[in-house]
Amino acid sequence: MSARTIQGQKNLQDITTGSPHGIGGSPLRPDGTLKVKGEFAYSSDMWHEDMLWGMALRSPHPRANILSVDISEALKTPGVYAVLTHEDIPGSKYYGLEIQDQPALAIDKVRYHGEAIALVAADHPETARRAVKKIKVEYEVLTPITTEEQALNPEVHGYVHEPHEYKSHGSGNICHSQKLVYGKGVTDEVKALADVVVKGEYEVGMQDQAFLGPESGLAVPAEDGGIDLYVATQWLHVDRQQMAPVLGLPEEKVRLTLAGVGGAFGGREDLSMQIHASLLAQRTGKPVKIVYARDESFFGHVHRHPAKMSYEHGATRDGKLVYSDVRLVLDGGAYASASPAVVGNAASLGNGPYNIPNVRMEAIALYTNNPSCGAMRGFGAVQACFGYETQMDRLAAELGMDPVELRQLNAMSEGDYLPTGQQIDSPAPVAELLRRVKDMPLPPPLDLTNLDIRELPGALSNTSHGEGIVRGIGYSVGIKNVGFSEGFDDYSTARVRLEVIGGEPVAMVHTAMAEVGQGGVTVHAQIARTELGVEQVTIHPANTEVGSAGSTSASRQTYMTGGAVKLAAEAVKYALIEKGRKRYGWAQNDLNLVGGKVVSESAGVLVPMVDLLGDEAIDLTREHHHRPTEAFDKETGQGFGHVQYTFCANRAVVDVDVELGLVKVVELTAAQDVGKALNPLSVVGQIQGGCTQALGLAVMEEIIVKDGKVRNASFTDYLIPTILDVPPIPVDVLELPDPNAPYGLRGVGEAPTVSATPSIVAAIRQATGIALNRIPVRPEHLTGTL
Amino acid sequence: MEFLRPATWDEALAAKAEHPTALPISGGTDVMVEMNFDVHRPSALLDLNRITELTEWSITDGVVRLGAAVPYSRIIDELSEPLPGLARAAHTVGSPQIRNRGGVGGNLGGASPAGDAHPALLAAGRDVYVEACSVRGTRLIPIDEFYVGVKRNSLEKDELIRSVFIPVADGPQQFSKIGTRNAMVIAVCAFGFALHPKNHTVGTGIGSAAPTPRRAVEAEQYLQGVLEERGLWESGDLLGTEVIQKFGELVKAAASPIDDVRGTADYRRHSLAVMARRTLTWTWNDYSKQIRSAA
Ligand SMILES: Cc1cc2nc3c(=O)[nH]c(=O)nc-3n(C[C@H](O)[C@H](O)[C@H](O)COP(=O)(O)OP(=O)(O)OC[C@H]3O[C@@H](n4cnc5c(N)ncnc54)[C@H](O)[C@@H]3O)c2cc1C
Repeated sequence: MSARTIQGQKNLQDITTGSPHGIGGSPLRPDGTLKVKGEFAYSSDMWHEDMLWGMALRSPHPRANILSVDISEALKTPGVYAVLTHEDIPGSKYYGLEIQDQPALAIDKVRYHGEAIALVAADHPETARRAVKKIKVEYEVLTPITTEEQALNPEVHGYVHEPHEYKSHGSGNICHSQKLVYGKGVTDEVKALADVVVKGEYEVGMQDQAFLGPESGLAVPAEDGGIDLYVATQWLHVDRQQMAPVLGLPEEKVRLTLAGVGGAFGGREDLSMQIHASLLAQRTGKPVKIVYARDESFFGHVHRHPAKMSYEHGATRDGKLVYSDVRLVLDGGAYASASPAVVGNAASLGNGPYNIPNVRMEAIALYTNNPSCGAMRGFGAVQACFGYETQMDRLAAELGMDPVELRQLNAMSEGDYLPTGQQIDSPAPVAELLRRVKDMPLPPPLDLTNLDIRELPGALSNTSHGEGIVRGIGYSVGIKNVGFSEGFDDYSTARVRLEVIGGEPVAMVHTAMAEVGQGGVTVHAQIARTELGVEQVTIHPANTEVGSAGSTSASRQTYMTGGAVKLAAEAVKYALIEKGRKRYGWAQNDLNLVGGKVVSESAGVLVPMVDLLGDEAIDLTREHHHRPTEAFDKETGQGFGHVQYTFCANRAVVDVDVELGLVKVVELTAAQDVGKALNPLSVVGQIQGGCTQALGLAVMEEIIVKDGKVRNASFTDYLIPTILDVPPIPVDVLELPDPNAPYGLRGVGEAPTVSATPSIVAAIRQATGIALNRIPVRPEHLTGTL
Repeated sequence: MEFLRPATWDEALAAKAEHPTALPISGGTDVMVEMNFDVHRPSALLDLNRITELTEWSITDGVVRLGAAVPYSRIIDELSEPLPGLARAAHTVGSPQIRNRGGVGGNLGGASPAGDAHPALLAAGRDVYVEACSVRGTRLIPIDEFYVGVKRNSLEKDELIRSVFIPVADGPQQFSKIGTRNAMVIAVCAFGFALHPKNHTVGTGIGSAAPTPRRAVEAEQYLQGVLEERGLWESGDLLGTEVIQKFGELVKAAASPIDDVRGTADYRRHSLAVMARRTLTWTWNDYSKQIRSAA
């Protein structure tokens, strides 16, 4: 897979240090080789002497009243130490990321297929499994609320949460809604300005994060009555914040340490087994480990919101957008999770990176008895991008314009305004990114005389030797925010320690950042090297002994915790230089730490850091806050809501077997502005990974839910791309610094997941001439056999 | 759960007779997954991995005797010439890891309608037999009588599969499979096809489109009729689109698929017709070339 880095015109002065392992270099990840060789210890590999195994009983029904729960037989099973229901919870019975509407164990009713009802701790997983089967639950099964029509008619179909138990700001079965009006909104007067109007209804299926490491962790009861939890998560401190009230403990008695995380993608933002293992450990006084089986994992975390979207765009004859009228309905499932923030993103970003003078938009998340949906890479911006990008293609077709030119004509750039009224105050090279993907050389056409069937749709399944294959090309561009929005102060903390070990200056970086595979630990070490002029950097295990690092999500960790590491390292640097000034009376103002020495630009090397430090350690902690944002107005959606924006453009080339409806993505090109690539190799990896997840949504990934029941809770039937599905992904990286961000960097991980899906669907559409208003595209859609 | 590890075939048969509910485990690529998903918890596992003759194959008098545990990867490497259809099917199974462990015995033992070996075995001719052994003796079960229901085969409780007898190919064979990704996928449906010039027959096998793997009998008869009447076996002349089309329609008609998470019944029928047309075209082209180069 090829990659090249192109310097932006406005690049900051070269901040890369002499060390090839500082920022701007591409040192390899410390966990990479271990993971590839199978030697990395994941959370599911943990073991503790005398440990018990926890397991949950889960509901087979999406909606039912619980008439009784009989745990007596389960309790009698030899080897069983505890069986718990909600009645055994010492503290608050509810938790939640934004709205505390989810019971830690079901209370009198279940609201989704797979909801946990009771817990067992036993000395062997098999014993726990058998005991779970002996718990007798009497259900009164109710008809689940699963569609928008049902949810919006509670008088007929009832409530997922009865009105008196409402904890969200919504009402009926609406968990959250956000309206937005920009310019004149959509009025008759505005509509009259449009020469052409394109309307469409679009649908997005339920995508799963599909991380490979199942939810798992180990809760160890401590002597002080507290709990030490070792867990794979995305945000240690928010887990603790939700756990402590349920466990009836003060936060300081709930101590978390990050265990090896096998992927996350948003699926570990909510709690899974954290409270359950801790409750069992509290009750039994023994360490309790919980590891979900693969099917349980599909029930144990939230998914990407499925969406039904209606878009109307009006434009002038020469292609200028006049207005958009949008309604996005997201299915939030049984519990709120991150739905309110997802709605905020959908509403504020759902018109794409385009200048549209007049906008009317409404986004809502429903409560239903479908599986709960929440955070997933792209967070509310993914679904909408499929809608607005499909609209752009249709508008271009309607106007007889080139689809890339139409986009470029309406593309926003620095200084323009989003429909929220927020001005974009850093580079927004939307048109340039499109130009770059368009200008990349195209892959050669299929050579029918010299076929390698692995290159064809169906590959080794041997469905075509060239028959039925048609090539298509599609383009798309997308917008994503970086960091938490709407007035939230998601600060990060970092502690940096500098001392002499074995005759060398060594820095240690301590944060609570969850390394979930994004490469944060690599980048933190790079920042410490650059700022402190040392080669040796150790990364302290992430835990709650240090302040919050915020979530590993929203493309924010390099920006936020990386920024905190930079601040803390700078503070250490100044403290060391100050020490030198005191000791040696240096007067120069051009001092820096380079190559293990204090160096003056004018006077050269002053002293080795080792001599200056002596036996002393400099150990400082700093918080990094991004600039403040504000909530969106509930009715107009106006507000300075987001910290930073990021853009990615894609070109997809696909081969479709039009007779069989099978697809092979031949190439998926990406161009993205990353501000500053702290680790170019990681950046390219993130973009390629994001594109791959977008490819999955385009052509295969969907949790199939029928009448509230999940039908494919396994990797046998929830398909994710294999190496034969992932094409070469050439990446063109632009570096146009954002003056507000540390090093000018821009969050990287999500933009390609937002933007790449529509380019693939557009390419399939070009090959087949079929409208394709739903993703993932299935062979049935392409062969008229649905 | 008991874990039985017989060292020889006779010990295995004795163990199976003594523990008829013991579940044989060969590559374990079905058994371990099912246990992990809690599909069943057998009273005992009967591990066949110590019995080396199950991993051997031989050819006698134009018939391959394929040991039940010869893994797919070896079928691909070692038997692509005599068993081209089965080797092509083997190529589509799972991933390299699965192909290194799994084999035809396990596919037959599970008798899933989605097993990829089945359409290839059905197409390979009338003289394909499953060698089923017990302490009572050995039966050769014709492949057509082997599959009796969804995930059910005609083995008795005390029987184990020793091998499969498959005639060496005497003409081109093909196998095609539909999956919604390009590797590592359970068949949405599959089709095996073989030409048997020696006895002027053709073989078909349909996978994942009926409660059991099955042949498309009418399609076979129609095609055999056409080939015979028009002397095409001898001439190797073009079949013509009408024949190919009709053959596809008859294959489609032979299926009785359902809608499920992997695909709709309509799509399965549709794609079977396409695969039937394409595999027939490929095999016939190959056959024509052979005839012409022999002439
Ligand atoms: C990731 C993955 C992908 C897969 N992909 C495919 C695929 O693409 N196509 C496909 O067809 N299958 C696939 N499978 C299923 C499986 O690999 C095959 O069915 C394989 O042929 C099973 O062989 P095995 O030796 O592993 O069987 P085992 O798991 O050992 O046994 C399977 C069944 O056969 C019985 N059995 C085994 N040996 C004997 C014997 N000698 N006598 C009697 N009964 C016996 C067992 O009791 C059991 O019921 C996949 C499995 C996995 C895990």
